[in-house]
Amino acid sequence: MAQVTPKSDYQGRIHNLQKDMIGRYYANLTAASEGKGKKAIYMLISGNPVELIEAFDMLPVYPEVNALQLAVKKQSLPLILAAEEMGYSTDNCAYVKADVGMYFAGRKTPFATIPEPDLILCNYVGCNVYLQWFEHLGEYSKAPVYNLDVPFFRTPGPEPLAEDINYVVKQLEELIEVLERMSGKSLDYKKLQRIMQLSGETGELWSEIKKLTRERPAPYDAYFDSVMMMAPLYCLRGTEDGLRFFQEAYKEMKQRADNHEGPLPEEKFRVVMEGPPPWPFLRQFRDMFSRWGAVAIASTYSTVGGIWEFGFRHDPQRPLESMARHMLQWNCTNRNFLQRYKQLKDYVDDWGADALVIHSVKSCRLFSAGQGDMREYFTKQLNVPTLLIESDLEDPRYFSEAQLRNRVDAFFESLEHQRTLVKK
Amino acid sequence: MVTTPVQETSKLNAIFDSCREMGQDPEFNVAKRWLEDHPGKKAIGCFPIHCPVELIHASGMLPLGIIGAGTQIEVTYADSRFQSFVCSIVKTTLELGLTNRLKFLEGMLFHSICDPARNLSSVFQRNFPDMFVEYIHFPQNFASPLARKYLATEYQRILDGLQQRSGHTPTVDDLNRSIALYNRIRAGLREIYRIRTDTPHMISAAESFVLTRAGTLMAPEEFVKIVEEVLAELPGRPSRPKDRIRVILEGSFCELPPVGLIETVEQAGCYILDDDFLRGWRWFTEDVPIRDNPLHELAESYSERAYYSGTKHDTRETKAAHLIQMVKEKKADAVIMQAAKFCEPALFDYALYRKALDEAKIPHLLLEFEEKTWIFDRARSEAETFVESLLFD
Repeated sequence: MAQVTPKSDYQGRIHNLQKDMIGRYYANLTAASEGKGKKAIYMLISGNPVELIEAFDMLPVYPEVNALQLAVKKQSLPLILAAEEMGYSTDNCAYVKADVGMYFAGRKTPFATIPEPDLILCNYVGCNVYLQWFEHLGEYSKAPVYNLDVPFFRTPGPEPLAEDINYVVKQLEELIEVLERMSGKSLDYKKLQRIMQLSGETGELWSEIKKLTRERPAPYDAYFDSVMMMAPLYCLRGTEDGLRFFQEAYKEMKQRADNHEGPLPEEKFRVVMEGPPPWPFLRQFRDMFSRWGAVAIASTYSTVGGIWEFGFRHDPQRPLESMARHMLQWNCTNRNFLQRYKQLKDYVDDWGADALVIHSVKSCRLFSAGQGDMREYFTKQLNVPTLLIESDLEDPRYFSEAQLRNRVDAFFESLEHQRTLVKK
Repeated sequence: MVTTPVQETSKLNAIFDSCREMGQDPEFNVAKRWLEDHPGKKAIGCFPIHCPVELIHASGMLPLGIIGAGTQIEVTYADSRFQSFVCSIVKTTLELGLTNRLKFLEGMLFHSICDPARNLSSVFQRNFPDMFVEYIHFPQNFASPLARKYLATEYQRILDGLQQRSGHTPTVDDLNRSIALYNRIRAGLREIYRIRTDTPHMISAAESFVLTRAGTLMAPEEFVKIVEEVLAELPGRPSRPKDRIRVILEGSFCELPPVGLIETVEQAGCYILDDDFLRGWRWFTEDVPIRDNPLHELAESYSERAYYSGTKHDTRETKAAHLIQMVKEKKADAVIMQAAKFCEPALFDYALYRKALDEAKIPHLLLEFEEKTWIFDRARSEAETFVESLLFD
């Protein structure tokens, strides 16, 4: 039976800090939209050269973050429907549709007015839809587009190909020229190095935070609480604010770990979560796991914009090469499916998990297409109990609460039953 | 009209019939027979859309189009690996593998066309560990000269892998001979498409489709003869123009539409002047130059002399502009977007095309399909309504 555990309402100091900082970030977007701010560079989350953008005092704008905020604030559906009216299919990624809908609705959201792009920088990292998305924004806005072509990490070895690194570095040099033309000033290398250092230290702290969930109980939920830390990681990486946030976050999480505090009264099941969350129903989704005492101790979604817990750091001594490695190698989206299996397996083994939960989202086929094979591998080859459930990350029409709850309940009931049998 | 209705030349019909049959064979018997007749030869499967077949051929192996299985097999195992929202071709291609129908292949090449195709290559690697499975990264930054150079390097990497499997290191001459052979095939197909545009009553889109598909399932040395035979026979083919609208068909560049669907659209009153069926196998708008550095020429041609495509994102000019230019050049009346269900590249393109076509006042129709469809009533009535609206407007 599912225990009626209290809902997780863990709200630490860093939640407020996050709200303040991200609030300021969005205020900057609104200022830019009114022509009073910095130049707006549209970019994607998954492994990006934001450090260069910061070095030129420009403002990164992330359509993915905006789309997910719209979903969290339950604003996505009318925008998705508006995009479908324009000709987008029900089968197209709903992040794109919500963003396009928002673009044509005057770019006004409850959290900011999104500026028109001065440059659309398509850091194409793994996801083919990124190319479509930014191609469309380019057509609608008529802003210049630079396709930063990042070859997919497709070789079996642990390192990307030397020619891939070289190719991306050369493109970053081209991008510097583009940014120099736009800004009318040349790259301040010292400044870039300082920014790289900030990113490096931020990555170090984030990595340490992620390792804390190896403790029992895990001091926070590495899926549902990680998403709160992902916003500063992506929107503020390479800034003093970003580093300050992670210094605070580490302090808070370390203290919780030392005090053996977890996000739930009792940690009964430790799970690894795979796939993006259903943003429009985050609360309901979390409660489905909380009531079973299930805590995520690791998640792949928290690595879409970078994987730091296995050693990667931005390097001030080799800024372009380390940005290239971040995009090629050290983020979840540019890795092939089997490398994702390996990442998940490492979490299961090294973080100590009881089960794998795969949340398959229709919108993001990069994440989801083939997750049935992943389930096959984990259940049949590794004997890791695995739950595969489906909904969406943006489109509320695909969230069937009762059905999901039944599946989650049945899964944990069976895990609990197995435990009782073992004890006997 | 000056032509007289007479019996069609049976030779052409026989060719198209046998091509059609070949395209319906999930056992790849024609290729298997060829391999039996050529001991020591191996075959490499090419997933859509564009594969550098010359590299495979020059390495002494046979490139084959492994492009799903239509209605020919029932999906029993692959459904549990790929979800309901993933396109059919991904599942039927995996099913071919899981039912041991691809055992005769030495390997499979996949490329960066979409996310499900990419994950499929990983799933192939895991499920068929003896197979040589490679994933080609086609660059997407053609505004930069870096992309072409990079692609030549990528081709070299693929070639290195292929020659390890075949045991034959191709020389520059080998590569150029393969390029020349495929140039001949592609030039023949371009000529057939030209004939279709100029005199669409001479050869139907369904016929050129089954012909092109058959070419992906046999040795190029055999196929080139068939293409040239078709070209020789076509001028003598008795035919009579019908009162049909002239359309350009887009969106079927990966998953193969059922032949019956193409025929349905044609019978509903459309001359399909041009299409993107099997575009990857007809990729270049002109011959790949035969010069000292074949890999460079192939890369250069990919970047500079290829058809626009839903999977090639070239910031130098928009795909919609290409489409509208084609409509004008070929004096088409309308565009049919025939997109595979769940195909994100094609469905995304549709949103852009629709806006551009509306602005250019070019009528258009969206028809979604799946390779496994076998009843076309709905498509027929949609196409007929569309044709009538244009004919009697």
